[in-house]
Amino acid sequence: MSDKKKDELLHDHNNDGVNRRGFLKCMAWAGTGAFCVMQGGVMKSYSLSRLSELNPAAAKGELSFVQISDSHMGFNKPANADVAGTLKAAVDKINGLTVAPEFMLHTGDISHLSKPEEFDTVEQILKSASAKDVFYVPGEHDVLNDDGKSYLERFAKASHGAGWYSFDKKGVHFVGLVNVMNLKAGGLGSLGSEQLEWLEKDVKHLKSSTPVVVFAHIPLWTVYPDWGWGTEDSAQALAYLKKFGSVTVLNGHIHQIMQKVEGNVTFHTACSTAFPQPKPGEAPSPGPMKVPAEQLRSVLGITDVNYVRGQHALAVVDSTLA
Amino acid sequence: MRRSVLIAGLAAIAVISAGGIVGGRKSLAAGAQTKTASTAEVKIDNFSFGPTAITVAAGTTVTWINRDDIPHTVVSNDKVFKSKVLDTDEKFSYTFSKPGEYPYFCSIHPKMTGKVVVQ
Repeated sequence: MSDKKKDELLHDHNNDGVNRRGFLKCMAWAGTGAFCVMQGGVMKSYSLSRLSELNPAAAKGELSFVQISDSHMGFNKPANADVAGTLKAAVDKINGLTVAPEFMLHTGDISHLSKPEEFDTVEQILKSASAKDVFYVPGEHDVLNDDGKSYLERFAKASHGAGWYSFDKKGVHFVGLVNVMNLKAGGLGSLGSEQLEWLEKDVKHLKSSTPVVVFAHIPLWTVYPDWGWGTEDSAQALAYLKKFGSVTVLNGHIHQIMQKVEGNVTFHTACSTAFPQPKPGEAPSPGPMKVPAEQLRSVLGITDVNYVRGQHALAVVDSTLA
Repeated sequence: MRRSVLIAGLAAIAVISAGGIVGGRKSLAAGAQTKTASTAEVKIDNFSFGPTAITVAAGTTVTWINRDDIPHTVVSNDKVFKSKVLDTDEKFSYTFSKPGEYPYFCSIHPKMTGKVVVQ
C-alpha cells in the first residue's frame, strides 16, 4: 500500500472490463469508506485512507457527496461497544475531506432496533457534519416493529410507498430504493412491483447521457445468496437503467467494501460505521465480526463520491476511520 | 489504552459464554425432538434456528430464545404467530393447540427458516 496508484481503481465503462487487479485491491480494503468521482464513463475509486495524497485536481468535481452506512445506533456488543463514538469519528473524517461534500447518503441500518432514541442520536451526531443534508434509505433494522412508519415519518416524508424517491443534483439523477420490506421466507431483499413500476416511470424521461446514482440498503447484485446478500428482483430494476451510459449503485448491509462492474453499471458496497462483518462464507454466519479493539477503526469507514460534468466518470473513494 | 483492555476483556467473556451455549443446545435439541413434552425450546444462534424442525404434541408451548448478537424475529409463513423483534437473550413463546405444520422464518433475515410440526 506504499504506492498511491495501487489504491486507485479505474473502471472503463466503454470497455466493459473489470480491472481484476483493481477489484482484488478493493476487496483488500474491506472495512473502509469510499470517495467517488465521476469522470467521463470511468469510475475512479480511491482508498480514503490515502485521500490526502490524492491530486486535488483529480478529486475536484462538480458534485461531491459522501455515503455512510450501517451506523446501527443502539448496538452495544463486544464487536463495538461505542457505535456513537465511531459514528462521530466518521463525521470527523467527512469534515476533514479535501473536497467538502455537498450532502450525505445514508444507506440504512441507521438504528439497531428502530428505537426513537437511536434515531435521535444519529440525527444529532450527523448535525455536526459539514454536509447538512442527509438522504436516507431504510435498512431492515430501521423498520422493525411498525412496518417502517416511524422511519418514514422521520426520514422520508416526501417519499413514495415504503420510502423510495428520486432527486437531481447538478445533472446527476439520484434514486433511493427500499428493498427491506415484505421479505418472504427463504428469500432475498425485495423491491416489489409497485416500486419497480415507479422506477420505470421515474427514469423514462431522462436522457441516456444522464449519470444515474442508485442507492439502497441491501446490495442490488447477488453478493452471497446463502446469507441473503442480494435482491431477488434487482434484475428488473437494472433493466430499466440499461439505456444509461453511467449508472452507479451504492449499497450497504454487508459491512464491507465490494465492487463490481457490469456493462455501464458500477456496484459498490460501503463499510459500516459500527462493526465489520465476515467475508462471504468465511464464518458460520454473517454476524458481527470481532476484531481487536485497536484494529476496529481500520475496518470501519465512509465512502466519498465525486462527479465531474462532461467527463462522465464517477470516482468512489473508501476511507477507514483509523 | 484502558478502554481497549476493557473491550478485550468483554470479548473474552463473550467467547466463553458462546461455548457454553453451544454445549447446552445439543442436549436440549435432542430432548425436544424425541419427547412430546408440553414445552420445547428453539435456540436462535448463528443466524439459524436450532433445531430447524421440531415435532411436538398439540398443546405444547414452544419458546424461541435469541442467542445472537443481532436481533431476529419469529414469524409464521401463514401469519399464525409473529414475535416482536427479539434482541439478544430475548424470548418469544407460542402454544400450538392444533396439529399441523407451521413453517416460520425471521422476517429481518428471511434466509433463516424453520418448522414446527404439531402432532
